[in-house]
This record gives sequence, structure tokens and C-alpha cells, in this order.
Amino acid sequence: MTQSLNYLKETASQTAGPYVHIGLAPGDAGFDIYAQELGRDIAGPNAKGQRITVTGMVTDGTGAPVKDVLIEIWQANAAGIYAGAGDVEEGFRGWGRVIPDFDTGKFTFETVKPGPVAGTEGRMAAPHLNLWLVARGINVGLNTRMYFDDETANASDPVLNLIEQAHRRDTLIAKGEANTYEFNISLQGENETVFLDV
Amino acid sequence: MTSPLYQRDREWHPPALAPDYKTSLGRSPKNALLSLEGSPSELTGPTFGHNDIDAIDNDLLRNYAKSGDPIGERIILHGRVLDENGRPVPNTLVEIWQANAGGRYRHKKDSYLAAIDPNFGGCGRTLTDENGYYTFRTVKPGAYPWRNWINSWRPAHIHFSVFGTAFAQRLITQMYFEGDPLIAKCPIVKSIPDQRAVDQLVAALDLNATIPLDSIAYKFDIILRGQRSTFFENRPEGN
Ligand SMILES: [Fe+3]
Repeated sequence: MTQSLNYLKETASQTAGPYVHIGLAPGDAGFDIYAQELGRDIAGPNAKGQRITVTGMVTDGTGAPVKDVLIEIWQANAAGIYAGAGDVEEGFRGWGRVIPDFDTGKFTFETVKPGPVAGTEGRMAAPHLNLWLVARGINVGLNTRMYFDDETANASDPVLNLIEQAHRRDTLIAKGEANTYEFNISLQGENETVFLDV
Repeated sequence: MTSPLYQRDREWHPPALAPDYKTSLGRSPKNALLSLEGSPSELTGPTFGHNDIDAIDNDLLRNYAKSGDPIGERIILHGRVLDENGRPVPNTLVEIWQANAGGRYRHKKDSYLAAIDPNFGGCGRTLTDENGYYTFRTVKPGAYPWRNWINSWRPAHIHFSVFGTAFAQRLITQMYFEGDPLIAKCPIVKSIPDQRAVDQLVAALDLNATIPLDSIAYKFDIILRGQRSTFFENRPEGN
């Protein structure tokens, strides 16, 4: 026998289930309860930089839309600073909650394009949004990132370069036209998105 | 920014694919997750303050009451948010949602025949105090049927969402109630491979925390990933 290390164990995850909206976005569940719902405005009114719209869909292994998904976004501002880690514009939280249309499964959100941020090993990371997905059937929330197809920095991004199968890097890169980017997430199947153990 | 976190123990959490929980079949990635060492993108995270929420938000007996109290067994739900080092996680946002005492959710997609309670919304939120403590007041949710097998019933449960200080600590889980015979039969519970991890999701009846003649109490602690201590800055150069 040895001494015990006495660490606690992280509480095990359980699926958010189909009714996650009741807790995290009750307006989408169909009722008003809170004076303010959190995560409805990612960048706030004073954020500098390029205003962008992101649209897309999350699909399952059969290609069907995952209509009950809830996505959380976490991002830096246009100067590459995360809220809490330095000075950001007043009202900029860089965090939000995105829920698709229950009928079509299509989601849309607005924010500002983040700047490049510090990555691992002292290397800079290309601009990206951090995403976390929960839904019925997802036992542990899935982390991934959304990069932008008009950034040359993608070529040297430490995370994109960690992906062995080069063609799978494309699953993390949104396609832009003017100020609108399209980003689809595939939980399973031919174009399965690269998910991260962060 | 939080220091690097202990690696998440993927053998303690349920696997993405748990075939008896049928919905996981089509929603589980087949490729391995890509493991990252922490960078600011994962080690920072949103913070919340008292101007984000209202004081009544943690009182589910009152926060949606229209004409009186919700129906059901009145409970105090309390506990702490700690990290794997046993340190409290202060000022962190805890959100819960649940069915009413009859097992019905207030959600436009829930069509279970049990009645909606006009005085019960079913969600609450609060910030932990400086020592990581939180409290809610609510009613005990009912068990409800769901389409997995044709005769599947979820044990009574409350869904929890917790933040911590790093986006990589983000956690959603479910809390169950001591003594419920449905726990051992539930394919969602059984997606967790280690019985000790299941036990950790079962809130204990806490008679010391009741309000006598008013509300019974359950205690539920939540553990988030711990941060590594940096005793020595001995990171080797050049690799
Ligand atoms: Fe539930």
C-alpha cells in the first residue's frame, strides 16, 4: 500500500438531453423567465473589427440535421485578446450560445472576426472560434474550432498542423463570402469534423 | 488565465458511443479526438457576475410562480463546486433544468401526457459563493418515459451546467436522487463505465440541511478538472 494521492475525480459528464434549452436558453424552449438570457450577444455593441455572420448546420451520421444541438462559442476580440485576459471593449464577452432553427436545423450567429491569438509552444494560432457542442446523444460535450478560409496564417496554425490527415483540416475551415461564413459540422460519417480533446 | 489542466480521464466519462443509449449511435464521432496541450483558447473562459442574473433565479418555487406554489415535494439542493485538487471554485455560474413533479418539461418539444404545472418553469441559475457553495430551492422532479426502448423511464434527475474558469472545464451532467431504483436501469446512466463515477452523480439525502416542516434537502458536490501546479519552471528548451 501507498499513501493516497487524495485527488478528487472530475464529475462524469452526462448528455444535455433534448431539453437543454430550458436551462440555458428558455426563450427557445418557449417561455420567458429570466430578465436576461446569457450568451445572446457574443461581441457586444462596442467591439471593433469586422462584423461577420456565420451560418451552418450540424448533421449526424445519416446526414440528418441535429436540431436540438446547442453550441457555445468562445473567442478573442479583433485584437486577439480573450475577455478576462486583458483589456477588451466594454460589453465584449466573446462568449455566446447558438441554437439552430428547430424546423430546419440551420443556425446563424453574428460576431466579430477574432484576431490571431497565442497558441501552443509560443507559436501564434490563426484566428479561430472555439466551439463546444452538446445535444441529446452526445455523452460528453464536443470541442472543436472554426477557422476562416481567407487567413494565410492557417498554413502555420499549430492545431491545424497537428491533424495528420491533411484533408480533414478542411472540416475546421469556414468558407467566406463578403462578411458571411458558412461552417457545417458533421458528427459522424465521411466528412466527420475533427473534434478536440482540450 | 488558468494554468494547464489535468488531462480529462476519458475512461471515467462515458464513451461517445454507448449503443444501449440509441441516439449516441448516430451522433458519436468515429475518429479519435485530437489531443491538445492547453493554450489560451482553452485555458481562458467566460466569467459572470451578479448583474448577469437575479437573486430569485435560484428559487424554482418562486421564479415562475403565477398563482401559487408549484406542485411537488419541496427540496433544498445544495453543494459545492470544487476542482480535482479539492479547491473551491468561487463565483462560477451553475445552471439547472428539470421536469416538474409529474415528469413533464416546460418545452415546446415535450409532449408527455403528464400535466404542465402553471407555477413551475423548471430552470434556475446561481453563482457559487467565495467558498464554492451554491443553493437552489425547487421541487423533486418526477421520472418520465422516453423513447429508447418502448418501456424506458428516466430516473428522477436534475440537469446541471457548470463553467469553472477555463473553457476546457465546461461540464454538463445530471444529478440523481439517493435510493431511486431507476438509476441502475437507465442506459444513459449506464453509459458511464465506472460505478464509482455513477455514485458521484447521486445526491445524498441531507437531513441536516432540511428546513423542518418545510423542505427536505439533498447535497450534491460537483468536481471540475484541476489545474496543474507549476512547482518548477523546468520545461526543456529546444523541443
Ligand atoms: Fe432530462
